[in-house]
Amino acid sequence: MVRNSASRYAASIGLTIAPFATLVILWWLLRLTGLINPGLLPSPLQVARTFWSTLTGGELLINIAMSVVRVLGGLLLGTAAAVPVGFLIGWYRPVGRLLDPLINFFRALPPIALIPLVIVYLGIGEIAKIAILFYASFFAAVIVMYEGMAAISPIYVRVARTLGATDFEIFARVMVPLTVPHMLVALRVALGVCWATLVAAELVAAQQGLGAMIQNASAFFDLNTIYLGIICIGALALLMDTILRRLTTRIVGWQEKIER
Amino acid sequence: MSANAPALERLRFENISMQFPTDRGPLEVVHEVSLSIRAGEFVSLVGPSGCGKTTLMNMAAGFVKPTRGSVTLDGKAIAGPGPDRGVMFQEYGVFPWLTVEENVAFGLRLKANRKPAKERAEIVERYLKLMRLWDFRKAYPKTLSGGMRQRLALARAYAVNPDFLLMDEPFGALDAQTRSAMHDLLLDILGAEGKTVMLITHSVEEAVYLSNRVVVISARPSRVRSVVEVPFPYPRHHALQETPEFNELRASVHELVMREYAAQEAQRTTED
Ligand SMILES: Nc1ncnc2c1ncn2[C@@H]1O[C@H](COP(=O)(O)OP(=O)(O)OP(=O)(O)O)[C@@H](O)[C@H]1O
Ligand SMILES: [Mg+2]
Repeated sequence: MVRNSASRYAASIGLTIAPFATLVILWWLLRLTGLINPGLLPSPLQVARTFWSTLTGGELLINIAMSVVRVLGGLLLGTAAAVPVGFLIGWYRPVGRLLDPLINFFRALPPIALIPLVIVYLGIGEIAKIAILFYASFFAAVIVMYEGMAAISPIYVRVARTLGATDFEIFARVMVPLTVPHMLVALRVALGVCWATLVAAELVAAQQGLGAMIQNASAFFDLNTIYLGIICIGALALLMDTILRRLTTRIVGWQEKIER
Repeated sequence: MSANAPALERLRFENISMQFPTDRGPLEVVHEVSLSIRAGEFVSLVGPSGCGKTTLMNMAAGFVKPTRGSVTLDGKAIAGPGPDRGVMFQEYGVFPWLTVEENVAFGLRLKANRKPAKERAEIVERYLKLMRLWDFRKAYPKTLSGGMRQRLALARAYAVNPDFLLMDEPFGALDAQTRSAMHDLLLDILGAEGKTVMLITHSVEEAVYLSNRVVVISARPSRVRSVVEVPFPYPRHHALQETPEFNELRASVHELVMREYAAQEAQRTTED
């Protein structure tokens, strides 16, 4: 039994790693064939070496930490604001109808388009970056929240009412549990948007962070570091998304089907 | 339900009509229905699918108001849903985020009928065992079959002990054996506590077996086509269903109902 679950665990890890390993091998083979000028395509080994030296040198960790803190800060502030707002406009349908076009406008507007404006108003400090990420995650999350709420079947509220629930009890015991799955989806969607926006923001205006690291490296034509930065961003985004997905399975395992 | 029950009127539909707006103009679903249910009475409504039975129940529950006419409970117009009327919905409405036992305990945690933890646990245990769901008490509804969900909804409705039960096809998803066990359970509960029941069903047999009166509803729009008194005294037992008297009555109600099903069918083919 134990053995069985352990070997299943190993198999699942193997299945996760295999595609990435294949990708690295293809990359390495591509370089060996010489189809692409070796000066334009670093080898996996070179990138790994850069990884090690920047890691031990400390600058990689600082860049990662800067980026992660910004993403988490913007994400948490943005979704924290989006949840109550999504609740309100999901609950009071007329308000929702009124705000719907506005919210869709701001959601459709890529946050990156606002970066120059934010730089003008807020400069290039941390406030500016958090502000843009707040914007990005807020609109992504609010729309998921309120579309999720609109899709909630009224039967549960009706059942609760016939059992004698007050408005507050309906809110706390029915609406909140029913919106938790939507909050988690909102968080995941916002997370994706946040990473995209952050890197753009750091490319334009930052001293530190993975985006800045890539930008600086590109000035020196340092392809190893550029590749390293790209891989780090992908890996971190994937890691955070995986954590959220696990959390989702854990918290809302009661759902008939879980969005993955 | 018993012969000496006071004939106090509880629920009253007074000349009600109901129209729903649709793309093709207003659709009349209920037409001038008058009906009253006395305290302790068990009244069943039978009629073809789509004739407006659930709409009538929603009025009694307080979810919709009739376009014309009035619905009163104990002489007062029904303003909204409340814990005095327990509702068993056609689509169950089992809470998916709660386990089986939490579903049953839900009503008992609300201010309106809060019970101390110990008493709550006893009530939950009692109904889960009666519904044969005890072994599944920790499971989430997504793992339950349709019939189990229906029994869970029944347990939840019974647990808060309302004295007026509105039940919309509450046994439709059950197999014959379970269904008959549920009939006896309901009769037991009613016999012990003198509740009033309005039951919607497609089973004439069930209606005749359980009720004081069976109301045959016409094809849409709903009208009261006929009201059949069921003379058999309570407590009733299964043996009743084998008697010639029972079968005679069942056959005559069946005949009335079939006529309405045929009318509904004709209506549907001309509509399409
Ligand atoms: N909110 C609504 N808006 C428009 N039409 C409605 C609405 N609710 C019910 N109807 C219509 O009213 C009619 C009666 O519906 P109702 O649910 O009361 O039928 P029913 O007798 O309970 O049927 P069944 O036995 O299939 O449950 C149907 O034709 C339905 O389409
Ligand atoms: Mg119905």
